[in-house]
Amino acid sequence: MHQSPTSRRARLLQGVIHLASLAPLAATIWAGLHGDLTANPIQAIIQRAGRYALILLTASLACAPLSSIFELRVAIRWRRPLGLYAFMYAALHFGVFVAVDYGFDLVLLREAIFEKRFALVGFAAGLVLLALAITSTRGWARRLGRRWEQLHRLVYVAGLLAVIHYAWAVKADIRQPLAWGAVIVLLLILRLPPVRH
Amino acid sequence: MKIKSSEITPEWLYLSRRKFIKGVAAATTGALIASGCAAPTGPGPATPEPAAARASDTPIVPPAAESAATATPQAVPPADAAPTAGASTDELGDKLTSHEAITTYNNYYEFTMNKEAVAFVAKDFRTRPWTVAVGGLVHKPKTFDIEELLRKYPQEERIYRLRCVEAWSMVIPWLGFPLGSLLREVEPMSQARYVRFETVLDPREMGGQRDSWVDWPYVEGLRLDEAMHDLTILATGLYGKLLLPQNGAPLRLVAPWKYGFKSIKGIVKIDLVAEQPTSLWMATAPEEYGFYANVNPAVAHPRWSQATERRIGELSRRKTLPFNGYAGQVAGLYAGLDLRQDY
Repeated sequence: MHQSPTSRRARLLQGVIHLASLAPLAATIWAGLHGDLTANPIQAIIQRAGRYALILLTASLACAPLSSIFELRVAIRWRRPLGLYAFMYAALHFGVFVAVDYGFDLVLLREAIFEKRFALVGFAAGLVLLALAITSTRGWARRLGRRWEQLHRLVYVAGLLAVIHYAWAVKADIRQPLAWGAVIVLLLILRLPPVRH
Repeated sequence: MKIKSSEITPEWLYLSRRKFIKGVAAATTGALIASGCAAPTGPGPATPEPAAARASDTPIVPPAAESAATATPQAVPPADAAPTAGASTDELGDKLTSHEAITTYNNYYEFTMNKEAVAFVAKDFRTRPWTVAVGGLVHKPKTFDIEELLRKYPQEERIYRLRCVEAWSMVIPWLGFPLGSLLREVEPMSQARYVRFETVLDPREMGGQRDSWVDWPYVEGLRLDEAMHDLTILATGLYGKLLLPQNGAPLRLVAPWKYGFKSIKGIVKIDLVAEQPTSLWMATAPEEYGFYANVNPAVAHPRWSQATERRIGELSRRKTLPFNGYAGQVAGLYAGLDLRQDY
C-alpha cells in the first residue's frame, strides 16, 4: 500500500512520543538496578513516577491547542497515548505507595489516604484518570457519544488536583507546583471557545 | 545484662555528669526560689522538675557498666578517615544506617533543597576557622573556637535514632559532647529559660541562602531543661570521625527525641534567653511547625500522618515510637503539657 510522506512522518513522530514516554520508566529501572535511587529508593520511585505522570498529563493537555491553534494537526493523535502513559505513571506512583511502602496494610493506608487532604486529592486525581483510561477506547467513545467528550474534560480537573496534591506534599517552597498549575490553567484557557477562534 | 551503647561512658565523664546533675539541681532550686515557685501561666515552660526526677530520667551509667566503658579518642580523626562505630546497633537492636546513606541523603536547605545533591554542593564548604559565640543571659559569655571545643570536651559516641518530620529515619553513631557541659561553663543567669541557636549566614558559600523564600539564617530553640538534658548533645562527628559539611559540620545540635529539623546545623551562635525563641520553621509555616517538635505518632503533621516512618535501608514502614523511643528519658520533661497543643 502506498504511504504518503506525511503519514510516514506522522508515524515517526508517533514512535518518538512512545519512546519519550517510556524512557523515564527505563531510566528509573536502570537507576534502581544500579543502586542510584538515593538512600530512600521507595520514595524516589514514588516521587519520580508522580513527576512523570504530571509531565505527561500536561503534555497530553497541550496536544489540542497545538493542533488547533498552532496548526500542528498531527499533535491531536498524541493526546491519547500521552494521557495513557500519564495514567501508567500515576498507577506506578500509587501502586508502589500501596504495595511496597505500606505493604497493603489497610489500617495504615486508610489513615494515610483518607485522613490527610494531601493524599486524598491525589487519590481523587487518580480515580479520575482511571475512569478516563478505561473509557479511552474507540468503543467507549462510540457508546458514550457526546457524553464522552464531557467526561474527558475532567482531565483538567485531574491535572489541577494533581498540582494541589504536589503543592501540599512539599514542605514549604511551592514555586514548582505553582508553575505546573499555571501551565495547566493556561492550557485550559487556550481551549475556551473565545480563545480558540 | 545487656548494656545500651548509649550508656557506655568513661568513668570520669560519668563522675562529671553526677557533679553536673548536682549543679543543675542547685541551679534549678535557685531558679525556683528566684521565681517564687510560681507555676508558669500559659503555654510557657513547665516548672523545672525536682532534682530527684531529673536524676532518674538521666541515663546514668550503672557502676557495673563502667568496666565496659571504652576509652574516648582524644583527637577525632578527619572527616575523610574510614568510618568506625563502637556498636552495630542502637539500644533497641536496630542496625546503624550506612555511612553512605547518612552522608548522601541530607536535608540542608542552606545548600540546596535536593537531598541527594547536598553532599556535592556542600563539599567545599569551609568549616575552619570556625567560632561559636555563646552569650545572652549568661554570667560568662564567651566565643569558642571549634578546635577548643574539640580539645576541651571529650568526644563521646552516642548512637541515636534520627526521625525526620518527613517520616523517614536513620540510626546514627554521633560523636559529640553534652550541650549542658558548654552551657554550664558560661553560667546561665536565673532568668534564662530557653536556648536559641543560630546557623552561620554565608550566602556566598551557601547557595540556598541566596534564595529568599525564608528568612535566613536558620534559627532553632530548646527549653533550658531540654538543652541541659543528658541526651542533648552538640555533635562534632559521626562514625568515629569529624562531621562532613552535609551533616552540619563543624558543630550541630542533636536532640534525638525531636524531629530532625530541630537539630540545627553549622552553629555559630548560642544565646540563653528569657522568651521562647521563634524558630525558622515556626516563622515560615506557623500552622505546621511548633516549638517543641517532639516525635509523636499520635499528632499528625497537618498534611501527613506521623504514625509510621521509613527507616532508610528498609523496605516497608515501621511504627513511629513516642519521643522517638526516648520516652523513658524525656517524657517527664513535658508533664502537664498538652502535647496536642504544644506540638
